[in-house]
Amino acid sequence: MTTKPSREAKRMGDAGGGLALFAIAYLLFLYVPVLFLPLFSFNDSIFVSFPLQGFTTKWYEQMFADEDMLKALIASLQVGGVVAIASTILGLLGAKAVTRYRMPGQGAVTGLIMLPLFIPEIILGISLLILVNALDIPLSLITVAIGHIMLCTPFAMAVLTSRLDGFDRSLEEASMDLGETPWMTFWRVTFPLAAPGIVSSLLLAFIVSFDEFLLSFFLQGRQPTLPVYIWSQLRFPSKLPSVLSLGAIILITSCVLVFFAEWVRQLGTTGDRKVGVA
Amino acid sequence: MADYIIRIENVTKQFAGGAKAVDGVSVNIERGEFFSLLGPSGCGKTTLLRMIAGFEFPSEGEIFIDGQASSLIPSYKRPTNMVFQSYAIFPHLNVFDNIAYGLRKEGLPGKELNRRVEESLAMIKLTGFGKRRGDQLSGGQRQRVALARALVKRPKVLLLDEPLGALDKKLREEMQIELRQLQKSVGITFVFVTHDQEEALSMSDRIAVMSKGDVLQIAGPKELYEAPNCIEVASFIGNINLINATVKGVNGGEIALEGPGFGSFGAPSIEGVKAGDKIVAAIRPEKLSLTAQKPTSGAFVEGMIKASAYLGDRSHHQVFVKGRDEAVSVAAQNMEREMSADFDASKPVYVTWDPKSLILLKS
Ligand SMILES: Nc1ncnc2c1ncn2[C@@H]1O[C@H](COP(=O)(O)OP(=O)(O)O)[C@@H](O)[C@H]1O
Ligand SMILES: [Mg+2]
Repeated sequence: MTTKPSREAKRMGDAGGGLALFAIAYLLFLYVPVLFLPLFSFNDSIFVSFPLQGFTTKWYEQMFADEDMLKALIASLQVGGVVAIASTILGLLGAKAVTRYRMPGQGAVTGLIMLPLFIPEIILGISLLILVNALDIPLSLITVAIGHIMLCTPFAMAVLTSRLDGFDRSLEEASMDLGETPWMTFWRVTFPLAAPGIVSSLLLAFIVSFDEFLLSFFLQGRQPTLPVYIWSQLRFPSKLPSVLSLGAIILITSCVLVFFAEWVRQLGTTGDRKVGVA
Repeated sequence: MADYIIRIENVTKQFAGGAKAVDGVSVNIERGEFFSLLGPSGCGKTTLLRMIAGFEFPSEGEIFIDGQASSLIPSYKRPTNMVFQSYAIFPHLNVFDNIAYGLRKEGLPGKELNRRVEESLAMIKLTGFGKRRGDQLSGGQRQRVALARALVKRPKVLLLDEPLGALDKKLREEMQIELRQLQKSVGITFVFVTHDQEEALSMSDRIAVMSKGDVLQIAGPKELYEAPNCIEVASFIGNINLINATVKGVNGGEIALEGPGFGSFGAPSIEGVKAGDKIVAAIRPEKLSLTAQKPTSGAFVEGMIKASAYLGDRSHHQVFVKGRDEAVSVAAQNMEREMSADFDASKPVYVTWDPKSLILLKS
């Protein structure tokens, strides 16, 4: 091309350069600490400090040998799975109600469902603990899951409401007009159209539950969830490296899940854009 | 008694916390007819159509579909199908599956189902488009798919909510003709909602004119235009000049009127009027003629041309008449090839009419 700088570059000038610098600094600040996790998980020293001492996979071996940690991991996966499914079902029902029907007091109901998003978790945790004690329910992973469902349902509902709002409600009427019952209409029209939102909601609820600390801390019984277990192990320096290797694995898995969720969501939205309901 | 496929009896629909969208409406629709609901936006057309489809239920009154009271029958059990204003093509299905949607649950053998869908595709001239997704179709094609999807169910009544509203003018006019031909060939009763009076006049066997939740008049296109039963219908369908007149005397079949600007003039009598009554005499612009020479006989008034619009096939003139606030509209056919101006705006003109063209409406 010509040697002249493009008009675009001229107009952006120094401001453009400054912005790029800021963006790079910001990304470094955000991700470099996180990258220390996999880095030190392969470092042959129980001290998390530079200089690096050589490559090892023994922390990973130690981690897989640590039965308590694996139990905590399994507990978190179980809770996360149950919470993801339960809050997505609740969120879907709620989203369907607020987008498809007009009810008296609708605003108030929606507000109340969304409220847990805005209440500090510590207050939520304490009040749930008081309630659970008052009702004499033994603390266990079940009480943790109930707390998480309260926390995750608003997320699920927000994701699914925007999804259901996005499509023409006469699609469901058209299905019933063509002879399908409301139930079959849900399966043949609503569900496939909401599917990308359902996948996002499942993943989002799972991730929120998986790394939730405060509610789990208050509501757990004998079996801790993974974040609580990790926190309890931080007192023992010798355990730290294997916590790092677990962290590295979780980090990679989360990245894969998030990219997958985003990919599904985009599939959904590009499809819609092309349809463009008149 | 006529064969009514739909009888709407005293139906009122009141939405929660709203005014009455439909207010005590009774309409009978004959089997096999092309029936239109015509009225301005917000007058309750869609609400009435949705009650026939079963998406809304009357607050009062009853709708009979093919003799059956419908208020307990949900939409998916009614012998009606609908073409939605937004077309509501399923975006996750292709054209074939959209059309087959309502057939799938009827348990047709695969061959029969294929044949019916292919037939429908041929009917809407989209043979070979079965694999296309809804988002790869133009507006006109989507409209056809919506039509085929409803008709393939062989409903007793097809409901159409402003199906041509989203199309451009040329395509809309083509579709008007096609729809009308299609209705004749399949013989299914069509209930067609529109706010476009020309569309309703050109397509329908009969039309119900609605306003603010009420049905004002139900009649064929010609009767609506030539014999509207009230001022609202007269002014909604086409243009019209209204003269607020007083009855001076009734003499057999003749009635003597007096109105501002028009002085004394005669009209054929209608029932139930007597001297002293206030009445509205209405006349369509094309029933009036203009001439530069003062007529020696017949009904006429003198005026000055205020504005003229040349529209090719016809011209519209606005004529000021002394004593009348509103200009009189006159529409003249341009029957001769003529390049010079029709009238000299500085000289008086004479508006003439045939008294038989006057429509008398109680005010
Ligand atoms: N679901 C609804 N809830 C409340 N009011 C409604 C609803 N649907 C329609 N209306 C009102 O009823 C009236 C008639 O609406 P509609 O039947 O859509 O008119 P049209 O189709 O003739 O334009 C309007 O005033 C509209 O606001
Ligand atoms: Mg409407």
